[in-house]
Amino acid sequence: MSIHIILFKIVLICYLSATVLYLLHVVGRKEKPGKIARWVLLAGAVVQLIAFMTQFAQLGHTPVTNMHESLSFFAWCLVAFYLFFDLRYHLSVMGAFSSALAVITMLGSGIAPKAVEPLNPALNSWWFPLHVSFAFLGNAAFALAFGAGVMYLLQDRMLKSKHFSALYHRLPSLDTLDNINYRALSFGFPLMTLGIISGAAWAESVWGTYWSWDPKETWALMTWFVYAALLHGRLSIGWRGRRAAIFAIIGFACLIFTFLGVNLLLNGQHTFEALLGKPY
Amino acid sequence: MNILVVGLSHKTAPVEIREKIAFSPTAMGEPLQQMIALESVCEGIIVSTCNRVELYATSREPERAIAQLRRFLADFHGLEYDKLAEHLYDLRGEDAIRHVLRVSASLDSMIIGEPQILGQIKTAYGYASEFKTAGLILNRFMHKAFSVAKRVRTETAIASNAVSVSFAAVELARKIFDKLEDKTVMLIGAGEMCELAAKHFINNGIAEVLVTNRTFSRAEKLAAEFNGRAIAFENFRDQLHQADIVLSSTGAPGFVLDAKKLAEVIKLRRNKPMFIIDIAVPRDIEPKANKIDNIYLYDVDDLQGVVQANLKERRKEADKAEAIIDEEIIQFYRWLSTLEVKPTIVALRLKFEDLRQTEVQKTLSNLSADDKTAKSIDALTRAIVNKILHQPTSILKDAQNRDDGNTYIDAVRTLFDLPTPAADASDAAENVEQED
Repeated sequence: MSIHIILFKIVLICYLSATVLYLLHVVGRKEKPGKIARWVLLAGAVVQLIAFMTQFAQLGHTPVTNMHESLSFFAWCLVAFYLFFDLRYHLSVMGAFSSALAVITMLGSGIAPKAVEPLNPALNSWWFPLHVSFAFLGNAAFALAFGAGVMYLLQDRMLKSKHFSALYHRLPSLDTLDNINYRALSFGFPLMTLGIISGAAWAESVWGTYWSWDPKETWALMTWFVYAALLHGRLSIGWRGRRAAIFAIIGFACLIFTFLGVNLLLNGQHTFEALLGKPY
Repeated sequence: MNILVVGLSHKTAPVEIREKIAFSPTAMGEPLQQMIALESVCEGIIVSTCNRVELYATSREPERAIAQLRRFLADFHGLEYDKLAEHLYDLRGEDAIRHVLRVSASLDSMIIGEPQILGQIKTAYGYASEFKTAGLILNRFMHKAFSVAKRVRTETAIASNAVSVSFAAVELARKIFDKLEDKTVMLIGAGEMCELAAKHFINNGIAEVLVTNRTFSRAEKLAAEFNGRAIAFENFRDQLHQADIVLSSTGAPGFVLDAKKLAEVIKLRRNKPMFIIDIAVPRDIEPKANKIDNIYLYDVDDLQGVVQANLKERRKEADKAEAIIDEEIIQFYRWLSTLEVKPTIVALRLKFEDLRQTEVQKTLSNLSADDKTAKSIDALTRAIVNKILHQPTSILKDAQNRDDGNTYIDAVRTLFDLPTPAADASDAAENVEQED
């Protein structure tokens, strides 16, 4: 077993135990597990960061050239973003959501083929790490907005229908959830924009054209418009609450399709084969 | 030594009786002194709240003490004993311990989990300490009760949900708004319920209060009381958008606010949520308004529903609390039952062992004996001591199960001049268990 696989397993175990601890806190209403969970999650994130750096040192390029690496990087971004938000909000429900999503992503990453092939040298410019880092960090922020959106809808429904489930006691106030939605958006949107811009710049430096309308670009642009609409609605027409939550959910669905659907179902220069210089 | 409880509570006596035998908190010295002046009573604490009056005592003659304490309650307040007797309960031993622990943990309260009772018992204990009527056992026992109450509070969710309509409203507001400190509440109509709910909101830090009423002077009066602003009833609708929380309780026969108006208000508020509590019957606000995005409308029945659900939740948590109490009773009862006899045995054995060792040392230093001889001498003396102590020890152990057990303990302590047990005799008692 290579060092990489061992580190990967340690990270997965950390995220998994953090999920269990957070659930114990949320569902079982016990205080201590929630506090431990945060540290376990942080430990996992640190180990994963070390794994990236060793991988980077070995390969000589940013390790996001196959599905395995990308998903794992996304999981890290998600956890990192949650821990960042946790500094202010201390929301264990969000912790449960983020760590669970990180576990799912890591499991997906574990299933995906791990073979690392040399990167197409033509593509190896410093735009590459910039592009993927912006894109994935943006995605992670939007994932948090999505989580807050789902919780908002749940809480809103309970308050309207006046029937409260056990989750009610652990969900934060509507205002807080809406706030997280907004903050995640205000981090995610610039990151995504930078991701698209740096991607275009990269394309220009490699192919001499900024935009070539391949499926991933088209979908990314569509997603960008969804979030742009939400941001605009929030800032100028006073959208908030339920509508903002629904938009964050729609935006995230688009995002998932841009990220996974396009890679798995459609062809284009964003597939990993293309990245490795194979014909597509 | 027995722990006893004599008293009455909301479960056994109506308020007419309870108020007659309540003790005045400003003059607790007198009744406490009288209570421990009773021959059969060793230590005493008096708990007196609006829902219960209870005497906690320790005694060597439990039955006699109970009879005297029951009398004492009637005599002290100049009541006829026969009339009071039917409302009184008396508990001893494990039942008494369980009762006090349950009371402190608020399991015996009218509203399960209400937080005041623990403070009231602490106060009662404070008086007993002040007038020196609580001794070794009650001191230890009351601290046990406090720690059990704390455990129940932290390990169960017994007190976590509101069980009054106005608290339920505040709790709901906290689920809608992040914080109440920058929110404005508007009172429509100046009814009593409205006032009470408003007070709860103010205690929870609400920033501003607006009051409107058909009779403007009444609105002004209430506004002054809450440090708020009075608004003429004719134009309160124009200022409604300033209110995050609306409390309505007018006596109007129809709706004071319809859904259409509220939809406009929410637009004016740029969709900031509004929490509307309609306490009026017939209702003031068109129920359809709850369907509008960002408006949360609750009427009295809705709030009652929340309270009922919370009460159910508390009763569920109370079961967990009972388990905690069972656990703690076993622990405390063990300490209590070994308190008398075991320390005596420990002290007795220590005394003999001391004597034996001093004498053996003396002999050996004069004798210059070899190792083998020294060991034999040591074993010999040990055997003698054990043989001598065997019978008294087993008689003492037996004594703890007999009413006249105290006589033996007293005799042993006098015959061998043993020191009186310290407050933490339980530790020594545990050691002796291991020795056996």
